[in-house]
Amino acid sequence: MKVFMLGWEFPPFISGGLGTACYGLTKAMDQLDIKVTFCLPRMVSSKYVTHVKLLSPNSQRSAASFKIDKLKNVTFRTINSPLQPYSTPDTYQQRIEEVLRQKQKTHGGSVSLTDTALSGADYSGDMYAEVHRYAALAAELAANEQFDIVHAHDWMTYPAGIVAAATSGKPLIVHVHSTEFDRSGENVNQMIYDIERQGMEQADKVITVSYFARNIIISRYGISGEKIEVVHNSVERNGNWALAESGIEKDEKIVLFLGRITMQKGPEYFLGAAKKVLEVMDNVKFVMAGSGDMMHRTIEMAAELGIGSKVLFTGFLRGEDVQRIYKMADLYVMPSVSEPFGIAPLEAMDNDVPVIISKQSGVSEVLTHALKVDFWDVNEIANKITAVLKYPPLQETLANYGNFEVRKLRWKDSALKCAKIYEEALVAI
Amino acid sequence: MASICFYFQVHQPLRLRHYTVFDKNDQYFDDYKNGSICRKVANKCYLPANRLLLDTIRQFEGRFKIAYSITGVLLEQLQRYSPEVISTFDALAETGCVEFLAETYYHSLSFLYSRDEFVEQVNKHAKTIESLFGQKPKVFRNTALIYNNDLAGLIESMGRFEAIITEGADHILGYRSPNFVYSPKGCSKLKLLLKNYSLSDDIAFRFSNRDWSQWPLTADKFAQWVNSVNGNGNVVNLFMDYETFGEHQWKDTGIFDFMRHLPEQILKHPDNDFKTPSEIAQSFQPVGTVDVPHLISWADTERDLSAWLGNAMQSNAIHELYRLENKIKKINDEKITADWRKLQTSDHFYYMCTKYFADGDVHKYFNPYDSPYDSYINFMNVLGNLQSRCSRQTIASA
Repeated sequence: MKVFMLGWEFPPFISGGLGTACYGLTKAMDQLDIKVTFCLPRMVSSKYVTHVKLLSPNSQRSAASFKIDKLKNVTFRTINSPLQPYSTPDTYQQRIEEVLRQKQKTHGGSVSLTDTALSGADYSGDMYAEVHRYAALAAELAANEQFDIVHAHDWMTYPAGIVAAATSGKPLIVHVHSTEFDRSGENVNQMIYDIERQGMEQADKVITVSYFARNIIISRYGISGEKIEVVHNSVERNGNWALAESGIEKDEKIVLFLGRITMQKGPEYFLGAAKKVLEVMDNVKFVMAGSGDMMHRTIEMAAELGIGSKVLFTGFLRGEDVQRIYKMADLYVMPSVSEPFGIAPLEAMDNDVPVIISKQSGVSEVLTHALKVDFWDVNEIANKITAVLKYPPLQETLANYGNFEVRKLRWKDSALKCAKIYEEALVAI
Repeated sequence: MASICFYFQVHQPLRLRHYTVFDKNDQYFDDYKNGSICRKVANKCYLPANRLLLDTIRQFEGRFKIAYSITGVLLEQLQRYSPEVISTFDALAETGCVEFLAETYYHSLSFLYSRDEFVEQVNKHAKTIESLFGQKPKVFRNTALIYNNDLAGLIESMGRFEAIITEGADHILGYRSPNFVYSPKGCSKLKLLLKNYSLSDDIAFRFSNRDWSQWPLTADKFAQWVNSVNGNGNVVNLFMDYETFGEHQWKDTGIFDFMRHLPEQILKHPDNDFKTPSEIAQSFQPVGTVDVPHLISWADTERDLSAWLGNAMQSNAIHELYRLENKIKKINDEKITADWRKLQTSDHFYYMCTKYFADGDVHKYFNPYDSPYDSYINFMNVLGNLQSRCSRQTIASA
């Protein structure tokens, strides 16, 4: 079995659940001896130092290829593109402009957006054009690869998946980690919606991360339920015991929000609950770790609610900082408005932190040792936060049973389910 | 000779309403939910089953007998929501073929935490039964048949009981049979009646299970199993929840028809008869002593207390509750005491059980909460309010 996978970021660049899921799944497939060509967008002018060696770093139009030592069955192919998970047309635009400014600094002279877009060299000035440019490059790459199946993760790679499947005659699997309705509520971007629906329609099988997401795909995209398979995400066990005790001595309780600060994640419900908790408890701080387009609005809101001094914003955290914040936290809260899965609560539980999760999430389907709330029920969120902070046996029982529960969720099982779906898709052809 | 002894446990808890840390009033219970469940169970089980058993008792003119243990918390609810059920129990009492047993009024675990409170609740229950049904209970059963030697000793010392009932658990009986009357270790007069859990559970749990090799269970077949006890036992103690009839086993499983035909089938054998628990105690001498140093119960396969006290939340909640006892008794406020006691009902702790939570089973079926954590949070919030009421009272009277 050989898979042409259109995925996203790999460690150490992971910025969210999509990257975590692609990595976890691919790593598990590698262990099951499934061969994967993992195709991902990456800007060559990345400002991060990378630990992987690019075999042909100068390739511009097509792709660079590299291997990661511990993944013997996976070959990586990067396509030079500024696409990133969680991009919106606006953030994409900002990013392009930032890249242009940098270029101007290095090269001097003037490079305009339209010049670059017209020259069509490295990337397109608007996101939709870029998604299709990426598809063309991926198809070119696919033409020189041998594989049995195409597996595309989230909407920006669906056009690439469609082209790769069409030119190779192989089945297409699209993997829905989130939909436009999760990200944007009712204010959907029609163009994105159309790309998503086209991907799902053209796919031989649609894999999604929860029954919650499956329902959205059926009801909002009109896809037949027979074609949609649920493969729940898992969690990479935290083997990092080496992390020294943080040495944090705290006399205050810490309630953690960790995720992108966007409409989808419900930051205002977190603050609403915080306000209520502070009415009955004093020695508690609310930490919001992450960044996103609602960050400024959220900071303002904390101030408006008069709890500014009790809410701390850390910005985006990575690596050990994430571990450290979990070590400090007494409770993790995920008040997502619409969360197809939600891997972060599993990571919290893996770090012995009890979790409150919204019922409007896929992860609530796989967890029993978690507190569950409706995201809009600020009163109940506050009630449950207070209970965890006030009653040590509750915190202890949730942490103990919860940690045990997440140990049973393994990427290997998710990968096995995907492999079974591949088989079915191949038989159908 | 095999005497069949039926005893039915009749109980519904007072369920708490959703009570958050922000709630301030002293209305703890969900009147609407309790009322509608009470009426539903009355219509599905209590009324039709009482009618059936009353008819059967009249039909057999004294040869069919049964016993009930009805909790105080249920009697209060029946008076409020379904008083007609009380009248049908009263009609059953008047036949002279029905015995009412004693237990803790609040269906509590008080024996484990406060002997004083336990005795008060047993007395309150006995008084209620006497005033409603004109009988002084002579046989005691503890909540969930929780039992050990100490309990038997305490019950004997209360002076008014002839027998005590518990589970015929394998690990206390060993090779011995539950189909005899025994003496509790350390008691001189009190007799011990043991539940035949195998035959009881055939009716209570397995009756409608189509995967069971003996399905469908007919009255005729069951009577033959009872007959086979003849010669190697004196009694067959069939103890079960009354809600078996129509609630746990729905009407369309045929449970009522089974019960309608059972007495006739059992009495076909000339050596069989029906006796109430106190008649059993009076008719048979103990064949030996049963030693139960450790607590047992009728719950789950473990037959222990882990369904109520198995995790840290359960033990925390119950300890915090009984920690209030001295304060409550000093304050001596009728409403506060009643609320405190209603919180002692064992069901509140059963809802917090995490044992089978993930698998979903009998624990879930009886649970009004989505999760054991929700039930603990709710209980602790209510208890928090009760605690502050106590503190206010104590300060006011100081």
